[in-house]
Amino acid sequence: MTRVATDILVVGGGAAGLSAALAASARAKVTVVDDNPLLGGQIWRAEMGKFNSPAAKGLVDAVNSGEIRVINNAQVFAAAARNTLLAETAEGRSEIEFEKLIIATGARERFLPFPGWTLPNVFGVGGLQALVKGGVPVAGKRVVVAGTGPLLLAVADYLRSKRASVVAIAEQTSASRLGGFAASLFRSPSKLVQAAALRAGLRGVPYSTDCWVSSAHGEKALEQVELKRKGRTSTIDCDILACGFNLVPNVELAVPLGCEITDGCVVVDKFQKTSIANVFCAGEPTGVAGVDSSLVEGRIAGLAAAGDQDGARSLFAKRDRARRFGEALNRAFALRDELKALADDDTIVCRCEDVAYGRLTEFENFRDAKLQTRCGMGPCQGRICGAATEFLFGWKPGSVRPPIFPVKMENL
Amino acid sequence: MTTFDAAIVGGGIVGAACADSLSAAGLSVCVIEASGVGSGTTAAGMGHIVVMDDSEAQFALTRYSQQLWHELVTELPTNAEFEICGTIWIATDSVEMSEVKRKQESYSEHGVESEILDESSLRTAEPNLREGLAGGLLVRSDSVVYQPVAARFLIDRAKRRGADVIVGKRVIEINGTGVKLADGEFIEAKNVVNAAGSAASDLSPGLKIVKRKGHLVITERYPNFARHQLVELGYLKSAHGKSADSVAFNVQPRSTGQVLLGSSRQFGAEDGEIDYAILRRMTSRAFEYMPLLRKLSAVRVWTGFRPATPDNLPYIGKMPAQDGIYVAAGHEGLGITTSLGTARLIADEILGRDSAISREPYSPGRDLIEH
Repeated sequence: MTRVATDILVVGGGAAGLSAALAASARAKVTVVDDNPLLGGQIWRAEMGKFNSPAAKGLVDAVNSGEIRVINNAQVFAAAARNTLLAETAEGRSEIEFEKLIIATGARERFLPFPGWTLPNVFGVGGLQALVKGGVPVAGKRVVVAGTGPLLLAVADYLRSKRASVVAIAEQTSASRLGGFAASLFRSPSKLVQAAALRAGLRGVPYSTDCWVSSAHGEKALEQVELKRKGRTSTIDCDILACGFNLVPNVELAVPLGCEITDGCVVVDKFQKTSIANVFCAGEPTGVAGVDSSLVEGRIAGLAAAGDQDGARSLFAKRDRARRFGEALNRAFALRDELKALADDDTIVCRCEDVAYGRLTEFENFRDAKLQTRCGMGPCQGRICGAATEFLFGWKPGSVRPPIFPVKMENL
Repeated sequence: MTTFDAAIVGGGIVGAACADSLSAAGLSVCVIEASGVGSGTTAAGMGHIVVMDDSEAQFALTRYSQQLWHELVTELPTNAEFEICGTIWIATDSVEMSEVKRKQESYSEHGVESEILDESSLRTAEPNLREGLAGGLLVRSDSVVYQPVAARFLIDRAKRRGADVIVGKRVIEINGTGVKLADGEFIEAKNVVNAAGSAASDLSPGLKIVKRKGHLVITERYPNFARHQLVELGYLKSAHGKSADSVAFNVQPRSTGQVLLGSSRQFGAEDGEIDYAILRRMTSRAFEYMPLLRKLSAVRVWTGFRPATPDNLPYIGKMPAQDGIYVAAGHEGLGITTSLGTARLIADEILGRDSAISREPYSPGRDLIEH
């Protein structure tokens, strides 16, 4: 068991966490704890040890070269007290004591169940990108990218750069919503340039709006997906399906600390402070709004936690613009109701405990379903099925019990 | 307005069993559950159905209840995961081995078969126990059940016989004519059964039920890591200690392949937060018996509150001098096991029937008389 004491502890080494750590480090002793071998988080995940984004590289280098203590490969799994977190590392349990905490735990993908979604070679878009960055080859593979949001384009573009054959991009939102969103981008020209560049890179790839995967088929692994568009069904042969149905804030650490949560997001004030006095939160856990918002929220949280309220205040306008972009994004890519009707009675919803959709329809809330079927009681603690059942049935996710990630019994 | 034959306060396993027994006898029943059926202490427990020989009365009730569980098996749904896996009481040294022999004789006198295991047969039965343990006592007839499903099954069966089940409303007062809900509604009933577990004393002042906090850990799936419910012989010492916090080695193999690990006991701990100090005492105790447990991946830790009484026996029966008010509460860590027996005794008393075992040792009057 190791003990660490720090002024400011940042949990999460992605955009928000790095930005927060750097901002706070001018005035305080800062420690960043992250569960990956390298900093960068999800969106900036390094590829074979290298960062594709110059912004990512700059921030990671700045954090690594400063006075900031970085603890990699450490999974924070519980709050032992108001000022102590427990983490599991290769060396065992680590107890990290802090004066102030900045939660920058990011977001995860939402999966929605449809027949065949559990077949081998069906992935989340972000998950697939992470695998490919880790070295899994996709050259020559036929890939369907489906779901919603700009991430579909970004990942499709990336997969093409790895010589995958992207055979279709299915965007569930409507053409009119997408048009409205594109128009709003004129307020953020840099985003428009990014989007245009992505579309250019994806020239020749069939891109459909109002289109979604209704089922996936295959004997032992994925062979074919069925797409629905305007009442018509078409099938398309493919080797890989990458699905993304927006992101879900990771609030599992904020909850046991007692932070107020509304609509699945951590409630923060202007200084990114949560309802708990010494706990701040930045980035996607406060509401999914993209990397620019994460960066500026991180800076505000870092400055405010370190006592530089004026510095933090000077960034409010920038933060508010970034959040407005996030809100427009969420409206443009809100999930359509038809997606609630894709699962059959025997479509698995909870993969950990093999609980099918039909079984869940017997219950009125997540707690009863969980108690009776063990839905959400597996190693993922309902991270996947909780977000799905929230969308499918309107159920509030159940309580997360510690450890928030599985941990060796000896490290509890 | 309807007057029920019986209003049952609490939809845990004990209230559910009472609803089942009373509705089976033809009574009109209403169950009022504040939170969710089987969601309180019931859900927090292990679901070990075990015969305990720490007193004659405990033995009689656990044995009778176990027989009722065995009668129920064929009707339980498969997802109740009822499994007769047996219990092994583990002895670490020769002193504990002599206790094993005493225990075997005592079980035998009461008609419960058990086998003494020596060091090597214990290791054969449970290869993940450490070497050098003295032996143990295998009681084959003990079993485990996934208790939230069992509670729901009992409630659903009562519902099919016409029972009303009100979920999400709290009872704030009970008397001989019915129960009053927090929202002001009054439900009339000829008989009221207080099966509110650790909250039973709030509704029936005078009962000496206190909360006794426990921790449990469950792992990912490791099929056959353990094959029987494994309990250290010292468990009773832990269960019967009156003040100090205590831990005991108690492992249960779930039919899912998961390993469920207990147990801890704390008085005076009112909040449900994990207490990492006692949790680590509990896991360390377990590692002394099963070293490989250290490396298993724990997916969930939780706490629950056992409703404990001064003499470790539940309160079952009519409240003295309060016509129409019955108590079925205070089962400490044995509520799942003894729920079925409890429900029969309550039904017998309400209906004026004879019981299969003496009801007298469980009478709520035994503690009240001291006042």
